[in-house]
Amino acid sequence: MECNEARELLSPHVDGELDARDSAALDEHLRGCAGCRAEVSALQSARATVSAHATRFSAPPELADRIGDAMSPSYSRSAGPNSRFWQGAGLGAAATAVLAIAVGIGWMSTLPSHDDLLADAAVVNHIRSLQGNHAVDVASSDQHTVKPWFNGKLDYAAPVRDLAGEGFPLIGGRLDYFDGGPVAVLVYRHNLHTINVFVLPARDDSRAGSTRVLSRRGFAIERWMKDGMAYWAVSDADPATLAQLASLLGAEGTRR
Amino acid sequence: MSVQRNPGGNTLRFGDMVLPHLDSAYNLARWLTRDDHDAQDVVQEAYMRAFRSFDGFRGDNARPWLLAIVRNTCYTWLSRNRRAEVEVPYDEELHGSEVHGSFGPDAHDANPETIISRRDDVRLVDEALAGLPVGYREVVVLRDIEDLSYKEIAVVAGLPIGTVMSRLARGRRMLTKQLAQLRKGGSGGSDGM
Repeated sequence: MECNEARELLSPHVDGELDARDSAALDEHLRGCAGCRAEVSALQSARATVSAHATRFSAPPELADRIGDAMSPSYSRSAGPNSRFWQGAGLGAAATAVLAIAVGIGWMSTLPSHDDLLADAAVVNHIRSLQGNHAVDVASSDQHTVKPWFNGKLDYAAPVRDLAGEGFPLIGGRLDYFDGGPVAVLVYRHNLHTINVFVLPARDDSRAGSTRVLSRRGFAIERWMKDGMAYWAVSDADPATLAQLASLLGAEGTRR
Repeated sequence: MSVQRNPGGNTLRFGDMVLPHLDSAYNLARWLTRDDHDAQDVVQEAYMRAFRSFDGFRGDNARPWLLAIVRNTCYTWLSRNRRAEVEVPYDEELHGSEVHGSFGPDAHDANPETIISRRDDVRLVDEALAGLPVGYREVVVLRDIEDLSYKEIAVVAGLPIGTVMSRLARGRRMLTKQLAQLRKGGSGGSDGM
């Protein structure tokens, strides 16, 4: 990737709006380009500065009254003077927040959820790792080799277990870009199938224990939480096989 | 959420879905017009427009929809009252010479957090942001103050996502330059824009 091309991705990179493919390509460019790295840090700084220090103006109280007055002809034909509309105009901060949250939840349900986006990213990463003949950065079936390899590359320690005895030999580990940062990927094999397991700190404890089964373009995906870690397993193996690996790695309630 | 057909129900629904975003609407209008009274006029007008077209609104989150109306009302208002501000030509292409070092020759000038390291300098952020051409100011406000996604900004500003990206990048660079100039007690830093 050339600087000119990378540059267009720097703002979306800073805003976490890049897809996995572009992120990976950009990361590679950044590793070798001090100029673009400086640009990233300047953009991050600009963003943080505006977020932290620019004024967010609040509507003056009289504005709600003005709007209510301006609307009153159309309003009074349709509802009585004590309707919730007027209460809305004078909503207190707490009520406004509750409404905003309620509306916000409704909006989220119409958008692809975070899980949906991550499922896409997991599949894209999985495919790319196989295409590029770069399934593993460290090839070893020894968990005591793979686990320390991640040291210093991640700010968390991913549990690594070989499951050869259960039919899922560990092939190795890889660093990949997922959910906004570098994560550990454990690569297992089952018969002729490669299975990628992305392991990252869980963002949301409230979903602990919940397991989700998804699929994309013929790939099976299973997501679960265990001991504060989120696991995403992807494979072209059948979903039952993936579920078996998931439960070996601590997924609970897979069949729920 | 079911769409209520009767006018009274729609009024209630408008109250529930649109009024809670009054602060967002005012904040956007305030940043685009840079004046409290003008912003209030624009928001009032925008709310009237929003109410009239609310029957046609489908969806659960009225905020981007409302902000698009506020933004268009602002632009109409600006082109009537301050034509010069909306007639800035936007050079969406970045020049080759800007590829590196566009934040200034001095590394210190490249980092806004360093520039405003003194407590007093925080107020310069508003001044620098207000100094951006409106097309860049709006994307920075929508992203960094209103926290909208690129997709939502594209809807509000009626721009392709690619243009949202390039304006954000350029807007942030301009803002950094402005801050550095303001910090040095410059003349407001309108050169080079």
